Amino acid sequence: MATLEIHDLHVSVEAENGPREILKGVDLTIKQGETHAVMGPNGSGKSTLAYSLAGHPKYTVTGGTVTLDGEDVLEMSVDERARAGVFLAMQYPVEVPGVSVSNFLRTSATAVRGEAPKLRTWVKEVKEAMAELQMDPSFAERNVNEGFSGGEKKRHEILQLELLKPKIAILDETDSGLDVDALRIVSEGVNRVRGTGEVGTLLITHYTRILRYIKPDFVHVFANGRIAESGGAELADQLENEGYDKYVKGGASA
Amino acid sequence: MAEAQNIPAGSTTAGSIAVAAESTVATRMSAPPSFDVADFPVPHGREEEWRFTPLERLRGLHDGTAVASGEGVKVDIEAPEGVTVETVGRDDERLGKAGKPVDRVAAQAYSSFEKASVVTVAKDAVLTEPIRIAVHGRGGTAFGHQVIELGAFAEAVVVIDHTGDAVLAANVDYVLGDGAKLTVVSVQDWDEKAVHVAQHNALVGRDASFKSVVVTFGGDVVRIHPRVAYAAPGGEAELFGLYFTDAGQHQEHRLLVDHNTPHCKSNVAYKGALQGEGAHAVWIGDVLIQAAAEGTDTYELNRNLVLTDGARVDSVPNLEIETGEIAGAGHASATGRFDDEQLFYLMARGIPETEARRLVVRGFFAELVQQIGLPDVQERLIAKIEAELEASV
Repeated sequence: MATLEIHDLHVSVEAENGPREILKGVDLTIKQGETHAVMGPNGSGKSTLAYSLAGHPKYTVTGGTVTLDGEDVLEMSVDERARAGVFLAMQYPVEVPGVSVSNFLRTSATAVRGEAPKLRTWVKEVKEAMAELQMDPSFAERNVNEGFSGGEKKRHEILQLELLKPKIAILDETDSGLDVDALRIVSEGVNRVRGTGEVGTLLITHYTRILRYIKPDFVHVFANGRIAESGGAELADQLENEGYDKYVKGGASA
Repeated sequence: MAEAQNIPAGSTTAGSIAVAAESTVATRMSAPPSFDVADFPVPHGREEEWRFTPLERLRGLHDGTAVASGEGVKVDIEAPEGVTVETVGRDDERLGKAGKPVDRVAAQAYSSFEKASVVTVAKDAVLTEPIRIAVHGRGGTAFGHQVIELGAFAEAVVVIDHTGDAVLAANVDYVLGDGAKLTVVSVQDWDEKAVHVAQHNALVGRDASFKSVVVTFGGDVVRIHPRVAYAAPGGEAELFGLYFTDAGQHQEHRLLVDHNTPHCKSNVAYKGALQGEGAHAVWIGDVLIQAAAEGTDTYELNRNLVLTDGARVDSVPNLEIETGEIAGAGHASATGRFDDEQLFYLMARGIPETEARRLVVRGFFAELVQQIGLPDVQERLIAKIEAELEASV
């Protein structure tokens, strides 16, 4: 059973006056089949956690370990992590002019699966996945993320999640900027993947809204670069009512 | 409409749309166009038309010290039926009809060539096979002149391949009769030491269509000067260009579309990728809409993708409009670095770095390559771009 273990993770970014520590000792274990919601105020370091796990070069790991089934994730390049089974659905997916969605998906699936998918089954697979996400077939011929609306970008991220079938899915504020319909469609996509029981999900969000559609097994409150409190789904209800105030103040005085 | 984004250090992008009574495109040249090299002073490098060019690497083409050396360059022309190929002397009256030399090297070429090639496609002839012109350098110095003339309603594709090593200055005339359609692909695939300076003059007849595709990969210094003028209304010109500038190479494309006649169209699109220390690409896009040219529709675009540090781009679009009665006019120029965020996005989907770079560069050129409309040329260009990228990683 796939397990992602994050232990005492410290991460810095280059700032004007030298490196600034953003993650200050994160401990978190995600097992296949589990869904963990990480919630926290703006600037708490949630997105830094997501991008550090994917290996974005902007973030420097200064301490701690991350392993996937015992393998050292931090030693892997960005593409190796993806091929090992770590998937990051990005908050702001990047436009890639001149590269069509269909070409991109096939190249990516070929890399992750280790061989080119058979053309006939692949076309069917993509078509069905797109239909479930209510994406028009013409989407496949558009350039990656170019001119996509916010909702289209997020559906495209979830489409990749469904096709690449990672062991660990990190969803970075997938709910932000979505209207209720789009949020429902995207959540259903995530739930289809979760329903297989083969993915561990790290759901990063600012709002509790998405948790009405995607039920977490665990909720972690992120504040000041570390997990301040962990609990079950009921912790989300508490945050809904009380907000992040007590964690932010606690973080400031710490 | 000019835009510039993400411009790396060591590059310039300038643009202007001028509404002027007097043409600066014409007046900023050091001398008026002429067939005689003596009418042009030897350039020193500060002149507007020479300021980007490394004169010291022109091997004397600009100052009269370059001397033709025997069989310096071999020209082979393979033409299908319906085409006349002639080798003619300097006094042939068909030479120089499409335009005069506008700088010292072009005038030097015109003053120095001994034999010219004249390729004629008869009136109404529609060729099903391309005319192939192989220009192969054998390490010598040469001055060339070629004329490609299409009779009324003739249709032809010409592919000109430049290979080998040479110091070559040349003028090429394209003369299109009424309703004729000509596509010319000029590929500069020289060896690394070659120097090639050429002026292309197209004279587009009534309702005729001219498509020029200039592809520059090789050479030490390549400076191509495609120019278009219209003989009568209704003409269309598409000028496409693609270059891949490697370390130490100077590749310069200077375009002029002279809208001197009403109701003509032009569309210019050049794209280049650069990699390596001292790679230098220059793109000058001049479009002149003269007072008489009512109903003109024109657009020009230049895009550059800088793949590594140490490369330099100078991109200068210039649109000059002397009448307000036009259908459309615009220009755009942008130079961007290879985007690390794009790379991260693709790699985060498992795609290895070299393949991700290849996807992005291929994507950058894809739209332009598709517009060429000649499948075998397109395939060759894609293969060549891949090879350039292979060499870089």
